[in-house]
Order: sequence, then structure tokens, then C-alpha cells
Amino acid sequence: MGEASKISRYIYTVLILFIIWLFLTSSLDPQELTIGAIFSLMVGALTYEVFTERGLENLNPKRVLYFIAYIPYFLWAMIMANLDVAYRVLHPKRPINPGIVECRTVLTNNVGKLALANSITLTPGTITLDVKGDRYFIHWIDVKDKSVEGASENITKPFEKFLKVIFE
Amino acid sequence: MSVASIIGQALVLFGTFFYVLSSLGLIRMPDVYNRMQTATKSATLGSLGVIIGTGIWAIGEVGSYSWIPKTLIIAVFLLLTNPIAAHALIRAAYKSGVPLWEGSVVDKYKEANYSLEQVEEIGESLEEPSQEVETNE
Repeated sequence: MGEASKISRYIYTVLILFIIWLFLTSSLDPQELTIGAIFSLMVGALTYEVFTERGLENLNPKRVLYFIAYIPYFLWAMIMANLDVAYRVLHPKRPINPGIVECRTVLTNNVGKLALANSITLTPGTITLDVKGDRYFIHWIDVKDKSVEGASENITKPFEKFLKVIFE
Repeated sequence: MSVASIIGQALVLFGTFFYVLSSLGLIRMPDVYNRMQTATKSATLGSLGVIIGTGIWAIGEVGSYSWIPKTLIIAVFLLLTNPIAAHALIRAAYKSGVPLWEGSVVDKYKEANYSLEQVEEIGESLEEPSQEVETNE
């Protein structure tokens, strides 16, 4: 997977910056829009090299659709995680069984790995401790399976089916 | 009292409930790693609830829709940066030698680190054979 052309990376960066500007000002006044566009072009010229590797290819409709489908799935997992934490904190016996397990992932893209690590941190009972290559070291509050395969089955598999389409 | 303010107030209440749980978890959990678990998850969802709830509350109370986009983007930034902060803290805690709770079942990271260090030491000794002996215990 090579890098996209400079033009497409630049346009993508400016688009994202301009959308953030729109949200931050929350007004459609032409003066605001002009200043926002100028500043997006300037900041984009300075930062597009570190901001993205794939450019406009990120806006592939399939990726965008999967991303939109991922949002409710992720929010639901997060709410379940918090109910799980609530149960563990409020239960008088404090039913925890912690440990650090190792997982493997099939993702190769760096942004995809970051998204997977963030998703793991915010979902039931797991927090990412370190990532080395394709190995994730995860602190799991309730260890059900100590082996590498079993832990991957429980922790990373549910997200990978989405993240593989979005980022690969 | 419109529907929007009721939804907003309910969301803020929901968020504060998870804030309380988060601080309670800090007291009840036995070691750094488990405390990070409860603190990160509950504080993130609590903040999401409070922030977006404020935006929706403003529709009913002030009648202004311009709060919603701002609160949404703050929530997205928080959702992206909070887990990274937690990851940096927990990794730094491990690297500076904070022990796991005695009830912990398994520590794969220690085994992996041990093998990696051995590989690196062998590599170093192959590169510079006349290096002085390391003095750490």
C-alpha cells in the first residue's frame, strides 16, 4: 500500500480541517466561511505530510458506510462496558480476576491499530498496555482465557471485522 | 419545560452517575491497573453524557442550536484523546515498575519483555564485544 499523491493528501487534510472549523464556529456566515477556508488552506499546507498517508482514498463510500455503522456498535459496547464496571465496583465482593494477556491482530495499517487500541481501551474490562508489531498486550480485568488465540477471540475479533474494511 | 431540556437533563444526570462510579472505583480497586480501568471508561462515558446533554439542554432552555455542534466536536476530541492518555499512563506505570495486584493471574508482558531484552542484549554484545559490563542489579 503506497502513499497517495501529494495533491490528494493535501485536499483531504484541508477538507477535514474545514469540517472541524464548521463545527467549532457553528455558523454559516460568509465571512466566517472565508476565514475558515483560508486558515484551512494554510494549516493544511503545513501539516498534510504528517496528517494522512492515503489522501482522498479515505472517503471511499464503502469505508464511510462501515464507519457510520461502527459508531452505534461502538457506543453500545461502551455503555455495556460501563455497566460492567458499575457491577464490579458496586458488588460487595469485588469480583475481579485481573491479568495481562497477549493478543494478535490482522491489521497492518498504523491508524487502524490506533483505532483498535482505542476501541479496546473503552470496551468491557480491557485496557491496552503496549503494542509491538501485531502483538497487543492488554490488561484484562476478568481473565477468561490465558492463551493468545482465546484472548484474541474474545477481545479483538469483534472490532476487526469493521476496522479491517475501514482502514485496510 | 420542553422535551429537549428533559432529555438534556436526563443525559447530564446519566453522566454524573458515571462520574460518581468512576471516583468510587478509584477507592475500591486494589492496584493502579484496575483503577485505570474504571477511571478511564466511566469518566469518558460520563463526560460524553454531560457534554452532549448540555448541548441538548441549551436547545430547550436558551433556544439556541449553535451549542450542539461545539459540544459534539468536544465530545469527539475527548473520545479520541482520553484512551491514549490512559494508555500512556498505564504503560509508564508498568515501565517504572509498579507491581500488579497479588490476585493477578497471568503476566504475558513480562515474559515477552524478558525474551525481547535477551535478544537485544545478544545483539549488542555481537556489535560491540569490548563494551563494559552493565552495573545494574
